[in-house]
Amino acid sequence: MDQFALLLAATLNSGTVLAFAALGLLINERAGVVNLGAEGIMLVAAIAGFATAVHTGSDWLAFGAGAVAGAVLAAAFGILVIWLNTNQYATGLALSLFGAGFSAFVGIRYTQEKLGEQHTFHIPVLGDLPFVGPALFRQHPLVYVAIALTVAIAWFLYRSRAGLVLRAVGESPESAHALGYPVRRIRLAALVVGGALCGIAGVYVSVVYTHLWVEGMTAGKGWIALALTTFATWRPARVLLGAYLFGGVTMLQLQLQGEGVQISSQFLTMLPYLATILVLVLISRNAAFIRVNMPASIGKPFFPG
Amino acid sequence: MTRLSKRSFVQLAGWGSLAALAMLSGCSKEEKTTTTTTPAGTTSTTTTTTTVAAPAAPASGALKIAFAYVGPVGDGGWTFAHDNARKAIEKEFGAKIQTSYVENVPEAADAERVFRDMASQGNKLIFGTTFGYMEPMLKVAGDTPDVKFEHATGYKQAPNMRTYDSRTYEGAYMAGVIAGGMTKTNTLGVVGSVPIPEVVRNINSFTMGAQSVNPNVKTKVVWVNKWFDPPNETAAAQSLINGGADVLMQNTDSSAVLQTAGKAGKYAFGWDSDMTAYAPNAHLASAVINWVPYYKKATQDALDGKWQGGGHTWWGVKEGAIDIVSISEKVPADVKTKVETVKSGLKDGSFVIWKGPITSNDGKEMLAAGASADDKFLGGINFFVKGVEGQVPGGEKK
Repeated sequence: MDQFALLLAATLNSGTVLAFAALGLLINERAGVVNLGAEGIMLVAAIAGFATAVHTGSDWLAFGAGAVAGAVLAAAFGILVIWLNTNQYATGLALSLFGAGFSAFVGIRYTQEKLGEQHTFHIPVLGDLPFVGPALFRQHPLVYVAIALTVAIAWFLYRSRAGLVLRAVGESPESAHALGYPVRRIRLAALVVGGALCGIAGVYVSVVYTHLWVEGMTAGKGWIALALTTFATWRPARVLLGAYLFGGVTMLQLQLQGEGVQISSQFLTMLPYLATILVLVLISRNAAFIRVNMPASIGKPFFPG
Repeated sequence: MTRLSKRSFVQLAGWGSLAALAMLSGCSKEEKTTTTTTPAGTTSTTTTTTTVAAPAAPASGALKIAFAYVGPVGDGGWTFAHDNARKAIEKEFGAKIQTSYVENVPEAADAERVFRDMASQGNKLIFGTTFGYMEPMLKVAGDTPDVKFEHATGYKQAPNMRTYDSRTYEGAYMAGVIAGGMTKTNTLGVVGSVPIPEVVRNINSFTMGAQSVNPNVKTKVVWVNKWFDPPNETAAAQSLINGGADVLMQNTDSSAVLQTAGKAGKYAFGWDSDMTAYAPNAHLASAVINWVPYYKKATQDALDGKWQGGGHTWWGVKEGAIDIVSISEKVPADVKTKVETVKSGLKDGSFVIWKGPITSNDGKEMLAAGASADDKFLGGINFFVKGVEGQVPGGEKK
């Protein structure tokens, strides 16, 4: 039972990284822009946040710095693809390569650096409950923020006027433009918010999750987040579900290995990907549903006038 | 029509500014390499580009030595240890030699180009410090017979190429002795990188060391199937702790496992380099590799004209290549004494780790009582010893 509680706790923890990044990318893609630079943004934010944490000792400033770094990179990407109409995919790839190299370069002197003792979190009363306490209520605050954010984004997209405009920009930028909405600026805003969320995900990896900086440390999490948004058919709740599913199966397969199960570890390493794809494909197997949810103008540039 | 041309112009401008950005970062990098005098401050920006450290003062007639590293010198582990040895020989031999290095050389076709470059720049002794350089080095060695090649951890040699390695399992065994003395739950955990004989040998030796002081110890193993993936290393360490392990060990390249143990109030070890600073409370000791003795010998051989290709050198505690350092004060005195005994036994050859009887964890006798394992046996270990849980992935063919 205790084992299971710990497994749940670890699942929430590792799923949070993917949740932030994938929710950020979801906002981008709902506005019609695909940002393949997520991995690079996460890495730059990870080092920006780590360096801030080293110098100031504050985790919250670290998250602020990471979010700003992510937003700035995303804005640069936005100016290139929205105003200069460079190819979204090529520019995104360039950004991810640039981010990987740049973060490694800036981060040289931080590889040996260490952060102070980490705070442990414990919600009073709830955290003392048997089973659910250790499983759910002793997490880093951002774990709960991720859940709240999912609800907020879902509300924003489907219940608010601004969300409707954002979706309109992703569905049919021409119509939105004809109605007088500034399509380009809305796309840029979506990118900036998405970049900031990817940045927070990056800082979560370096400052909270592993507590260290080494070059290339996100090890592909940005790419997984990109795939996740697509497999989750651009629905916030499914993105969160997918993130936890991926985190959960990752932890589960490691735990199984530790128990000495007779399944080859190479197969087990593959499981998280397999399980996530399978579940998300199954719940979205309705082709019409995908067509309804997929932003019609995703990846397409828009030229006003 | 006009819109089209305008569009392509803008596109061009976008690509151009990107290219300019890339060149800009490239330039500043180049500047950094030439102005800095300590090579430790230089690096490359991506895994595919590489940076050559400019030597501080070129001396005429000095023996030129070049090193190719797989990672950045600041990795705090494997490459860091190699670069420390490079600095040590530079200090030792002074003006008689002149060293340079290239870091982040990928284990692919690019490596061959780097080795050719090194040879054409007049380097007469070239070290390649990762297994994956084997084929490229062999190829370049065939084309440049007057250059001497030294390859770490490989097994192919040539008349002008020889191989060297260190007995990391001796460090793992000594760490095991400490782990066996420190565990309360009698459960140890190992985060394994890739299931190759070298790593399996380390896991077994770690367990045997622990059993030598505490026969009830069992070891759980979790593979991440990578050398370097900090988030996954963290997750693996966490799952071992959740499964009851209270002393961890790893064969991966970052300090993530040690830091995770520190966060959870458990114990762990440093690997390849001294990692005390990363988690002082959790750190029990570091099993380190010291490449200095071998690099000194190789350089001396080359200077004296005694260098001969075609051999394999496998050094351990005896030659000063492996050590266990920074043992924590939390470790009880009797355990420390035991470690010292093992160390001195390894040094004078009176103690052999891989000595029978050794049984695998499914009960087969792998080494008869009294028999010592030879290097061939050690090089092909693909079974877990008694006390390790689970099976070697892809092993068990014998």
